[in-house]
Amino acid sequence: MTTAEADRYALRLHKVSKAFGGVQALNRVDFEVRAGEVHCLAGENGCGKSTLIKTVIGVHQPEEAELIELFGEKVDRINPVKARELGVSVIWQDLALFPHMTVAENIAFDDLVGLRPRSVRYREMVRRAGDVLDRLGVDISLGASLSDLAIAQRQVVAIARALMNNARLIFMDEPTASLTQTETDRLLDIVRKLSADGVAIVFVSHRLAEVLEIAERVTVVRDGNLVGVYPTEGMTQGRLGELMTGHLIEDEVVARDLPDAPTVFQATGLTRRGEFSDISFRIKAGEVLGLTGLIGAGRTELAHVMMGMRQPDAGQMALNGASYRPANIREAIRGGMAYVSEDRLSLGLLQKQSIEDNTVISVLRKLTTAAGLISDTQKSRLVSHWIRELGVKIGAASDAISTLSGGNQQKVVLAKWLATEPRLLILDSPTVGVDVGARAGIFRIVRSLAEKGLAILLISDEVTEIMHQSDRILHMAGGRIVEEYDPRAISVPQLEEKIYA
Amino acid sequence: MSRSSRLPVQKGIRIRPATGENLSLLALLAVLVVVFSIASPRFLTGANLGSMGFQMPLLGLLTLAMLAPILSGGLNLAIVYTANISGLTLAWTLMQFGGAEAGIGAFMLGCVLALVVGALAGAAMGGVVAYVGAHPILVSLAMMIFLRGLGEFLTRGGDISGFPDYMRILGHGSLVGVPVPLIIFGIVAFGWHMLLRRSPHGFSVYMTGSNMKAAEYAGLNAKRTLVLIYTLSGVLCAIAGILMAARFNSVRVGHGEAMLLITVLACFLGGVDPFGGHGRVAPVVIALVILQVLSSGLNLIGANQHLSTAVWGLFLIAVMVMRSSQLRHTFFFLFGKGK
Repeated sequence: MTTAEADRYALRLHKVSKAFGGVQALNRVDFEVRAGEVHCLAGENGCGKSTLIKTVIGVHQPEEAELIELFGEKVDRINPVKARELGVSVIWQDLALFPHMTVAENIAFDDLVGLRPRSVRYREMVRRAGDVLDRLGVDISLGASLSDLAIAQRQVVAIARALMNNARLIFMDEPTASLTQTETDRLLDIVRKLSADGVAIVFVSHRLAEVLEIAERVTVVRDGNLVGVYPTEGMTQGRLGELMTGHLIEDEVVARDLPDAPTVFQATGLTRRGEFSDISFRIKAGEVLGLTGLIGAGRTELAHVMMGMRQPDAGQMALNGASYRPANIREAIRGGMAYVSEDRLSLGLLQKQSIEDNTVISVLRKLTTAAGLISDTQKSRLVSHWIRELGVKIGAASDAISTLSGGNQQKVVLAKWLATEPRLLILDSPTVGVDVGARAGIFRIVRSLAEKGLAILLISDEVTEIMHQSDRILHMAGGRIVEEYDPRAISVPQLEEKIYA
Repeated sequence: MSRSSRLPVQKGIRIRPATGENLSLLALLAVLVVVFSIASPRFLTGANLGSMGFQMPLLGLLTLAMLAPILSGGLNLAIVYTANISGLTLAWTLMQFGGAEAGIGAFMLGCVLALVVGALAGAAMGGVVAYVGAHPILVSLAMMIFLRGLGEFLTRGGDISGFPDYMRILGHGSLVGVPVPLIIFGIVAFGWHMLLRRSPHGFSVYMTGSNMKAAEYAGLNAKRTLVLIYTLSGVLCAIAGILMAARFNSVRVGHGEAMLLITVLACFLGGVDPFGGHGRVAPVVIALVILQVLSSGLNLIGANQHLSTAVWGLFLIAVMVMRSSQLRHTFFFLFGKGK
């Protein structure tokens, strides 16, 4: 191969293997990224994506590697500092920024405290940081404290920090996981700009729609093995999901009509000042009602009012035909409501506690004997019932919940609420941070619950999800329900345009 | 529990982490007992064991009073002064009925009033922590200073002494060879264990302690839980205060002040998570016994009493170092490979 040809690659890995204990995390994997390319690294949680990235920057040393080449140069032993000097940056999902420092300080951080700190000239530093932000075409105050920025802006700061180090190859780990659709679009614009400048970007994301939108090629890894490298042109979400999981992911509209089903919940003119106004809708037994719209449209706030966590200023609610006005979440739960929060990590589960305790937390009353003590047999019976019913993959029920993957954690959240035998289940962005295979599993459960007559309110800003799971779709914008759609009468692009126009 | 979950998953026999914690503390206790028995022939005598049995319950009750707020993600710095004020309430009641001549009825009334005062002090703290959202350290510190000031004002800094003789049974008596204070401590510890590990209230304490917001999202009444647990903590302090009055035959505000931080130490030695959410009664009780053995043992081999306090401190640091997951990982790496 001539140098000119090799130059066109930012990264080439050939037959790289890495094992941890008995687990083969990478098995003779090839991975190539062209200079200036937007490349997607796809695979389910635990498939070896992170190991691959860590091997490139030298956090892990491979047991075996035929070739590791960065920007046309063969690399023997690499460590994170050397990788950064060569122009490789990784932006992890947690961003690794410093909340109490300013934007400029965060961007110039590696100049301030690198292994060879240069003399810090504050004004010079601020100027260079400003140049980088200009290059990205964003307007963020350099003197602002990072903790005052929204997560999307922090993401940009992390990118700017990489560019400050003259990065020519940037890995982005789940960059859009906590962004809204508009913010995601803005981020994707920045990625395109960088790519045009010759910076290669490797994008790791669970959101297949944006993978297909942004990347030119996609490398799929499954269980530590390379599945293949594919151009994104002509690739569908279904096909990509199938490659990642090894089985077929059905994504078709399943909407049904339920003319005879009784109404479970009804809201009439529900209003909470500054959040939403004049919300009226009904949900029937066995119906999956999709509620979509941009973040900030008032969706979560509406769910909180339905759960009694906030009080409405005007309007009525009815549950099972009776007037319903819960003073707090406990009354709502007793009334038959259940709420899967959008923030699984800090609100949906108690990360420090065990799987079993997280499962039974909302039904303690049922497990308590006449003596006022929790019955251990009842408790473990309930836990094993739901673990089996929902197919949660666990070691032991006494393990901490944090040992589970995102998808399995979400199943435990579902188990917790299903144990309360609800009549209406509110799912608020239930698949954030859940990978494709597990996502399909969760929706299979949701479907079968609906078949059994549970009413479900599905809140999501992922259009494909809303389209393929709902029986009816409500579109909320600016605190109002602006329109109702039948998934069978609208297409994904049409719905996207309605929401983001 | 959270500590062991960070370790690599081991296949095969699954020791419940709490059991492991108990076993390692018991092993430590056994080593100390052997060492002190060899060092001093008087260590394993009835007289020494008896005196240990009389000394430990006071610290023990206060430690249990500290334990529950820590589990709920807080702290109760007012335990000693709550005990003092409760003791004072008892003493005051007895004085109203003739001091040393006061009847058993007066004593009972005094105990009930003492428990009520302890409960009120706790409830006030719990209420402020739960509904105002103030930090438990600040709230209980304020309560501690308030109670101390109030107590010193009422007693003018002096002692109240001269209680009826029958109170000696409570402080110095034995029942079939077991010191009465130890029996009281045993009953309270068992009740505390049942409340925390087996009742819905206890469950709620652990959940509130690991993430109050998430606990509320799951439908637990976290605020009520906090009020309840601080109230019960105050009740335990009151029991300790009554016992203190019976043991010393006097009440003075500031009595037992040095025990405050030792109770925190005993909790952490017993594996309680300083940030709340994890910890059990049994290992804390074993930790208490260890501290008592250390102190009595050192005393018997003629060490200065202040030295034994210093040894407690060193001991705790050593335990922290041994528990650190980093060290355990290193250990695993060096010796655990290939298993």
